[in-house]
Amino acid sequence: MPLVIALILLVVGSLLFHFLSPWTFTPLASNWGMIDFTVDLTFVVTGIVFVAVNLFMAYAIYRFRYKEGARAKYEPENKKLEIWLTVLTTIGVAAMLAPGLIVWAQFVNVPENATEIEVVGQQWRWTFRLPGEDGKFGMTDSRLISVDNEFGINPDDPHGDDDVLVDDAIVHVPLNEPVLFWLRSKDVLHNFTVAQFRVKMDLVPGMETYMWLEPTRLGEYEILCEELCGVAHHAMRGRVVVEELEDYQAWVASQPTFAELQAKPPGDPVLGAASYAVCAACHGSQGEGLLALNAPKLSGQDPRYLKRQLRNYKIGLRGIHEDDVNGRIMAPMAATLVNDAIIDNVIAYIGTLPDTPAAATVDGDIAHGAKLYVLCANCHGADGQGIKMNAPRQAGMNDWYLLSQLKNFKQGLRGHHPEDLGGKQMRLMAQTLQDDQAMRDVVAYINTL
Amino acid sequence: MAYVAIADRDHEIEHHDPTTFITKYVWSQDHKVIAIQYGVTAMFVGLIALCLSAMMRLQLGFPNSFSFITPADYYQFITMHGMIMVIFLLTALFLGGFGNYLIPLMIGSRDMVFPYMNMLSFWVYLVSVIVLLASFFVPGGPTGAGWTLYPPQAILPGTPGTDWGIILMLVSLALFIVAFTMGGLNYVTTILQARTRGMTLMRMPLSLWGIFMATILGLLAFPALFVSAVMMTLDKVAGTSFFMPAIMSMGENLSHEGGSPILFQHLFWFFGHPEVYIVALPAFGLVSDLLSTHARKNIFGYRMMVWAIIAIGGLSFIVWAHHMYVSGMNPYFGFFFATTTLIIAVPTAIKVYNWVLTLWQGNIRLTVPMLFAIGFIFTFTHGGLTGIFLGNVVVDLPLSDTYFVVAHFHMVMGVSPIMVVFGSIYHWYPKITGRMFNETLGKWHFWLTFLGTYAIYLPMHYLGFLGVPRRYFAMGDTEFMPESAFVLNQGITISALFVGLVQLLFLYNIIVSLKKGKPAGPNPWNATTLEWQTPDTPPKHGNWGDELPVVHRWAYDYSVPGYHDDFIPQNVPADATPATSEHGSDT
Repeated sequence: MPLVIALILLVVGSLLFHFLSPWTFTPLASNWGMIDFTVDLTFVVTGIVFVAVNLFMAYAIYRFRYKEGARAKYEPENKKLEIWLTVLTTIGVAAMLAPGLIVWAQFVNVPENATEIEVVGQQWRWTFRLPGEDGKFGMTDSRLISVDNEFGINPDDPHGDDDVLVDDAIVHVPLNEPVLFWLRSKDVLHNFTVAQFRVKMDLVPGMETYMWLEPTRLGEYEILCEELCGVAHHAMRGRVVVEELEDYQAWVASQPTFAELQAKPPGDPVLGAASYAVCAACHGSQGEGLLALNAPKLSGQDPRYLKRQLRNYKIGLRGIHEDDVNGRIMAPMAATLVNDAIIDNVIAYIGTLPDTPAAATVDGDIAHGAKLYVLCANCHGADGQGIKMNAPRQAGMNDWYLLSQLKNFKQGLRGHHPEDLGGKQMRLMAQTLQDDQAMRDVVAYINTL
Repeated sequence: MAYVAIADRDHEIEHHDPTTFITKYVWSQDHKVIAIQYGVTAMFVGLIALCLSAMMRLQLGFPNSFSFITPADYYQFITMHGMIMVIFLLTALFLGGFGNYLIPLMIGSRDMVFPYMNMLSFWVYLVSVIVLLASFFVPGGPTGAGWTLYPPQAILPGTPGTDWGIILMLVSLALFIVAFTMGGLNYVTTILQARTRGMTLMRMPLSLWGIFMATILGLLAFPALFVSAVMMTLDKVAGTSFFMPAIMSMGENLSHEGGSPILFQHLFWFFGHPEVYIVALPAFGLVSDLLSTHARKNIFGYRMMVWAIIAIGGLSFIVWAHHMYVSGMNPYFGFFFATTTLIIAVPTAIKVYNWVLTLWQGNIRLTVPMLFAIGFIFTFTHGGLTGIFLGNVVVDLPLSDTYFVVAHFHMVMGVSPIMVVFGSIYHWYPKITGRMFNETLGKWHFWLTFLGTYAIYLPMHYLGFLGVPRRYFAMGDTEFMPESAFVLNQGITISALFVGLVQLLFLYNIIVSLKKGKPAGPNPWNATTLEWQTPDTPPKHGNWGDELPVVHRWAYDYSVPGYHDDFIPQNVPADATPATSEHGSDT
């Protein structure tokens, strides 16, 4: 009898849970309402079967419970009943499959006029490419990928010149226009997912895959990687911004093309030297850093990282949290570098400064730190020198600065802005360090590199 | 030379009775000892995998609270948990354990037809387990590529255990497949060749039909995994490019080119989907016998049940790419694989109906095995129905790679087969040991496990609807995840830890009952099948004493009208009983 009650309660409880659960599909933001419809239909059909089978079973257990002297009925088969059940099941299955296949046919066939966007995945970052004015993507080859050509575009293919490159994990899409996403991976499998869009597809190295949708709701949504891609899989995030067509077009126009980036002159260290005078006040004339003013060493740092951080300070992605005292000092200083050319010049000048390793100031358990650093090494390199196209150098930089930034990341003083996706990634990774001592240990280990 | 059945040559065949402790219990060729060796080893690694799942749940419920769980550890735990549970526990336990124990006893033979190979099968399996567990102790630890071991990440830095772990995993799998092949050829040959007189295929208990079909699936499917393990090993150590296109890793271009990661996925799932049924079909078979015995009623629709097992087995080879709807394979495949996948729901549904109809008009004894069998029907129905969501290609789009998938396959491939494992262990425990287990503890074990697992997995489906991705070390502040979802995760973790602890009841029960259990007698459940009719309990080497049993009827003569008992064992001659249906006696 308890079993009968338990089965009934489980059936009723499951139904209640289903209808009362606050955890359900996110509000739809694409044209794939038919997917939600098919899901609902499947719920109805399977729900009926679930309730019918289990309540019937509960009733059978109750009615035919063991009685001394009672005897079961000897009935090996009942062909008529078996055929009926088979036919009914087949009809139910067909009722779910048919709309499913119809919607799948829509998903497979992309509308002719779709806006094309290429999604490029790498461990553990998203970037995007648009075909530019000619409407055609330039050919790519993974062997052409380098710091100067992150997308691996073939420079001999004229279609590539006007390709618009988005070196950031944020992509914009136009409202109510079909968008075709071409998916490409530089290294391992990834998966491009926006929960609110419902559809998703893997990025597979060595081939291009695709999916399409029509955004139907203005707003910003999070992009998640949903195919296991290594230890920072959960930190591979991005954003998609759905906006009106005009806004989208303005955004596209503001992004550089491949030809523009290739033609861009390198920064001029001589001009940069003048601008650096402001920086030198805190960071030192040789870019060696100054603990007293909490200004870290700059010399020897990855120029791409310096550039990204200056930009983050300038556009308000960093140095905005009220508890980030030092960041708030830096933000207005970055604003004095009024354009990209000046930033390039300053960074070029920093590149000419002598790179003497900073003195160690942080003590910790090096052996423990070495274990912790195994995770860090995936992005920052086993030698702490940083990895091209990924994360900055740590070895030989100011250890007190590393420590303060680890704390900032962990406490959310840095990397909390939704558009600072590099910072968000580091925030997720800093969470794995349980306490200050763990941070000290890992920094002490970095000092030995 | 004319063919003479093994059953008719009984007196010419030597049986190699063990003479020493070593040949009796260690290098044993007796199928019953090998079954226990398989079963104990499988349960031992299963316990390890259970502990790994507890660690994963700790991290998911209480992220970043434990310094001993880094992202690398987490991915290593999920990988080893999955692989151990699917291959080294479930496959080994159902086929190496129950298959070995039940096949000769149920068909009325003295042993497997190749006892020496059967022994080798276990020892190679043990080596594969040791190699697998060794990866916990090598530099870099075990592989953290996920149990599907997808290249390229499985062999590239950025994934844990790409130095040693992945190689040990692949070697371990290859060894397991060697072991399985030796065992599997034995099971199939024994069922086809060594059945006793009167035991036609259509009189076999459904347990054997399930094990038989599952073994055939294994023999056809495991080679695909074997070749992919060899190819990936070559990609890793010899620099070949079977699965490796021209790619970058850690900022550098690699020298691979021309390979296809999707090729691996096809090979893996060509094995991997039949693998689901390698686990499920024995469970289907065993649970049918449990239900029939304890409901004191014939299994309903025996012939339909047999044909459903065969149909499911056949179809299971043409549905594999439903695991790959969002893999980037040619999307037109989706039409074919969604159709085949939903077709497989029909024979599966028929099995569920027939189990429930077996209860109808029965005389149901709610023994511990029966409780677990009913728990199986509930959980399998749940897991099977959620499979229809994932099999229907468009519905899979939002749910693929989310916790919905995790919840689904744990219901259908974790909880429901484990219900059958427990039910079957309790059911055959009196025959294997000669003693009864403690019924009260068994019932507690059922109730806490059944309700506890449902508390884990029902809510988990809804995290999937919300869009929470699987294989995430931590969610951080994902915008669409409300605070309540984190609380729910904590609840799931608490349920999971609880269910894990409850399994100690089971271990305590089966260990203590070995000595303290009441003597069971030869046939405590009044069952019809041959293993309950042995002259000794536990059966001695050679099983049947001087004479092999002769079978006169099918395995389900329960509650036959006009007979004094409510069961007629298969070896009771026809003229001793009232005439029954066409299934029954051979008159």
